[in-house]
Amino acid sequence: MNDNMIQDTLLVTPALLVPLLPLIGFLINGLFGKFLPKTFTGWIAALAILGSFICSVTLFNGVNANSSISIDLFDWIAFNNINISFGFLIDSLTITMLLVVTGIGFLIHLYSIGYMHDDEGFTRFFTYLNLFIFFMLLLVMGNNYLVMFIGWEGVGLCSYLLIGFWFKNTAYNNAAKKAFVMNRIGDLGFLLGIFFMLFYFGSIEYSAVATQAQTLTPNSTLLITITMLLFVGAMGKSAQLPLYTWLPDAMAGPTPVSALIHAATMVTAGIFMIVRSNILFSLAPATLTFILIIGVATSVFAAVIGLLQNDIKKVLAYSTVSQLGLMFAALGLGAFSSGMFHVVTHAFFKALLFLGAGSVIHALHGEQDIRKMGGLGKYIKVTYITFLLASLAISGFPFLSGFFSKDEILAHAFEQNKTVWVILSISSFITAFYMFRLVFLTFFGNFRGTDDTKKHIHESPITMTLPLIILCILAVVGGLLGLPEVFHVQHAFSTYLSSVTEGSVQYLTHHEKVSHSTEIALMSFAGIGAIVVIIFAYSKYVKKNELPAEDSALTGLNKVISNKFYVDEIYETVFVKPITVLSDLFLVLVDKLIIDLAVNATAWIVATTGKTMRLMQTGNTGFYVFAMVIGMMVLLIIRLFI
Amino acid sequence: MTLLLLLLPLVAALAVLLSGNKMASRVALLFTVAEFGLTVYAYTIFKQQGPEAFVFFHDWISSPKISINLGVDGLSFVMIGLTNFLLPLIVLSGFNREYSNAKAYFSLILLMQFALIGVFMAYDGLLYYIFWELALLPIYFIALGWGGKNRVPVTLKFFIYTLAGSLLMLFGFIMLYYYNPNASFNITDLYNNPICSCNQGWLFWMFFLAFAIKIPIVPFHTWQADTYSEAPTQGTMLLSGIMLKMGTYSLIRWLLPILPAGVAEWGPLAITLSVIGIVYASIIAIMQSDLKKLFAYSSVAHVGLIAAGIFALNIEGLQGSVVQMIAHGVNVVGLFFCADIIINRTKTANISSLGGIRNVAPRFNTLFMIVVIASVALPLTNGFIGEFLLVYGVFKYNTWLAVFAGLTIILGAVYMLRMFQNTMLGNTNEQTQQFADLNWSETLVLGIIAFTIVVMGVYPKPIFELVQPSLDIILNKALAK
Amino acid sequence: MENTLQAVPQNWYLVLSTFLFCIGVMGVLFRRNAIIILMCIELMLNSVNLLLVSFSAYSGNSDGQVFVFFIMVVAAAEVAVGLALLMSIYRNVASTDINVLNKLKW
Repeated sequence: MNDNMIQDTLLVTPALLVPLLPLIGFLINGLFGKFLPKTFTGWIAALAILGSFICSVTLFNGVNANSSISIDLFDWIAFNNINISFGFLIDSLTITMLLVVTGIGFLIHLYSIGYMHDDEGFTRFFTYLNLFIFFMLLLVMGNNYLVMFIGWEGVGLCSYLLIGFWFKNTAYNNAAKKAFVMNRIGDLGFLLGIFFMLFYFGSIEYSAVATQAQTLTPNSTLLITITMLLFVGAMGKSAQLPLYTWLPDAMAGPTPVSALIHAATMVTAGIFMIVRSNILFSLAPATLTFILIIGVATSVFAAVIGLLQNDIKKVLAYSTVSQLGLMFAALGLGAFSSGMFHVVTHAFFKALLFLGAGSVIHALHGEQDIRKMGGLGKYIKVTYITFLLASLAISGFPFLSGFFSKDEILAHAFEQNKTVWVILSISSFITAFYMFRLVFLTFFGNFRGTDDTKKHIHESPITMTLPLIILCILAVVGGLLGLPEVFHVQHAFSTYLSSVTEGSVQYLTHHEKVSHSTEIALMSFAGIGAIVVIIFAYSKYVKKNELPAEDSALTGLNKVISNKFYVDEIYETVFVKPITVLSDLFLVLVDKLIIDLAVNATAWIVATTGKTMRLMQTGNTGFYVFAMVIGMMVLLIIRLFI
Repeated sequence: MTLLLLLLPLVAALAVLLSGNKMASRVALLFTVAEFGLTVYAYTIFKQQGPEAFVFFHDWISSPKISINLGVDGLSFVMIGLTNFLLPLIVLSGFNREYSNAKAYFSLILLMQFALIGVFMAYDGLLYYIFWELALLPIYFIALGWGGKNRVPVTLKFFIYTLAGSLLMLFGFIMLYYYNPNASFNITDLYNNPICSCNQGWLFWMFFLAFAIKIPIVPFHTWQADTYSEAPTQGTMLLSGIMLKMGTYSLIRWLLPILPAGVAEWGPLAITLSVIGIVYASIIAIMQSDLKKLFAYSSVAHVGLIAAGIFALNIEGLQGSVVQMIAHGVNVVGLFFCADIIINRTKTANISSLGGIRNVAPRFNTLFMIVVIASVALPLTNGFIGEFLLVYGVFKYNTWLAVFAGLTIILGAVYMLRMFQNTMLGNTNEQTQQFADLNWSETLVLGIIAFTIVVMGVYPKPIFELVQPSLDIILNKALAK
Repeated sequence: MENTLQAVPQNWYLVLSTFLFCIGVMGVLFRRNAIIILMCIELMLNSVNLLLVSFSAYSGNSDGQVFVFFIMVVAAAEVAVGLALLMSIYRNVASTDINVLNKLKW
């Protein structure tokens, strides 16, 4: 015990350094950035994250998977019986996220040094990026929901700043605003959830909430309310139906931002939050069912839209939404560690895909339309190979990282609900199809752009390719973190997280574990299915050389899908328009006409009375005297008789 | 000490008047900084000796019994601190601007400071009323003398409207005096001798109307937007930054503890009005195209939340309201200063004809951004602490009201970001391409504001501790049956 | 303690002074000549004086008679100022008809 304490105190410094280093990087670049040489600022930012990463590794080594460290920094909002401290909790779940955030964060910083090299906002970019990492680390490290909320809103702000990074473009600014506002809708839900916990549990610290929640009857209204509200927050941040539309638009930001914020880290915050409160959620099965429905629906819905997108980043964006849906489906099934496992592998391959896409865009000087690409495999080999491997990973190609994490979720689905399993499998095949549609259209065949662009196609510099290679290795072997028990090994990942998730096991309904043979059958089905779909895509886009039609040529269902089911337009008419109309109405009708009229009417009545009364001032002295006498007589009469 | 704090601005006002137009702004700055220094010193005394060190009592009129009864408790101290912190900034924001008859202008600003401090210090009802009315005079002349084109009818409306409210309050005070067995205006007498609850209902309205007009709570807000856009910037800052807080402060100090039964009877209506006001003003702000009017409506929404938190009658709501008063005071001064900078350089307040300022003024952009995110209540800024506690206070009162009050989180983001995008982002146009970045005094003002925003957002505890004892007493009285 | 004034019953004084007062009021109300109005005001004042003196005599308290002196002094002053004003008005408008003096209206 004593040894543990010493060990803990030794770990406080690295634990504090983890968020502090990006903050310092942010402050240096933000305050003195313009006095520093340009590349220097990029390296400061990258090194700050590297430092954080090293500290995270120290924590990983130092903190036992079964224990945790709690650090209380200071009382934040504290008076009477409210006591919300600013503190950190570091356990296996936190460390998992720390490693992902700082590790991938560092690689993306490195990549950005090359990618953003010619941008005039170079320093600004790294300033924002460091701030983002800082908030993301607060999000995962907090020991209560409000510290998580700081990070939660903070990453939203950074996302806003970075989506609208090229602030001269109005469309980008609109996308940024949309992202922020939509996130805010979710945040309100989250905040209300916090209020409920604070009010009914008297604390919002994770452990206290979990303890308190266990004293309640499972599935009670209170628990369902709290979990639903928290899930609303997660829907906003993790782009689930119906609050997903901001994420595809968020691709307006620079590509490294899409990789870091809108694929690997920020959007998984919702999953992190639910895993963090897994006991609470497992006590509310009704909410879990709801999460399952939303997750499955989002997964298919976004995958279908992804089929007909022609912007390389939009395809990846819808794929992200779809994969996030898959993760939520896992959570809905009560498979918390599987969900987290997919978060990790997804972070590897989706970050890689975005960075690869960035490399393609870089090579083509900003072209993002896959109809104007083609045959790039010959010119940019590293990008091509890493992108291909990442696509294989996301499609569930056997023995790559995505294969294991996806299959784990599918196996859970199969155990509990066959329908869910069928839908998720379909969604997974659709994913394989559109990913390879993307790969084949981009890297195979002949180049379809202008000759001028063709001349300038070049492989990216080493700072960009190195992260690609490292991520590629991770995307390929990442699955080894969680080899299923079929292979007669312990599931390393879920064992590591077990201290976090074991509390909820007793509240979940138990299902018969599928037998090993069934599991192998499921895996083979998924793997072979993915391969078949890839071959189908190959025959369609490489053999037959089919090209996506021009937007105007689309008809019927295709047109609807290509226009994303007109969801944006529906939101526009249902929410945005009425509010603007209401705003004008309030101002013109209620404010000016009714309320102000009432105020002015009061003034008018006084003025008019005055105007009328002054007519008595005739100037005729006789009349005055007469009035005076009458008045006195009236007073006298009143005095005498009444 | 108390007298020194109170009278220094009055002396300063005279000194500025005598100093001549050229030196007026500098002399005013010197005095306001001195006053702020004095406040800091007073804080150390307050920490050691508590409110007892600040009691000042002197008989004035024997019948009716009115005395010069001044005092500073935690709540007063926070408000005085806000006033004295903002005044140097407000004066500094007037640097490098041309004013006709500058000495009168700055002198009036300092006179305003005197009256405001008086309001926060007065422990005698009638004395308080005198300061309350005194505060109206300088701002009226500031707006009338240095305001925009349409100032005459607008300031007249403002003056008459608030004066009408105040008269009701005066009547209320007289009735309190009349019903009070000790026959005094002394606040402790009023606290300790609650009047018959049969009379509290209508007396509540006497006071509430006066405060609601000043705050303003919808539907008593129609004077505000016009006055804000017509008054000169320093006037608007004084009005929105501090003078509104007179209303919310008075709700806490003079309404809740003195008329608990009235509050119990009419509080639900007041809180509903406030919450309606939040949503209503936010929605109007979404489509506002005039920069100053937009901030005015956002201010209505924010103070509506403060009022709602106060009427929620719990410690979270009260603490939140105090923190938010400070936060809103700081932020709104920042916002109006930014508006002033933009209007001064581009000669337009119409946000649709602006845009792209960020290209030419990066420093201004950063500081403006910080003020904006504070007013949309992002965590780790001062706005968040206040809004969190206020909405939680309302939540404890009624869940559904809290949901509506919470809409401010979404709507606030909508109108603020829309404004920010239309003014700062995009490409420059003729109006904005010549936009000069901040000069030193502007940077200083906004820098201090930005710094305060973050410090208060990260470590608000000193404020909680300062006001907790006063709020406990007030809440006790307010909940007493 | 017999007083000459008490030779007449008090009611008579009351009636007389009421009559005088009413005459004064009627005069002020219905005459237009400013001088006559002034005289009527004097009449009203003196009717009150009469009342004061008689009450004073009946109650054996001299306060009332002191007041009469006050009133007489004030009345004299009033007549002096009033006539002076009338003179100046007459010079300006060549009339003492008060209906001509209706400039002070809305």
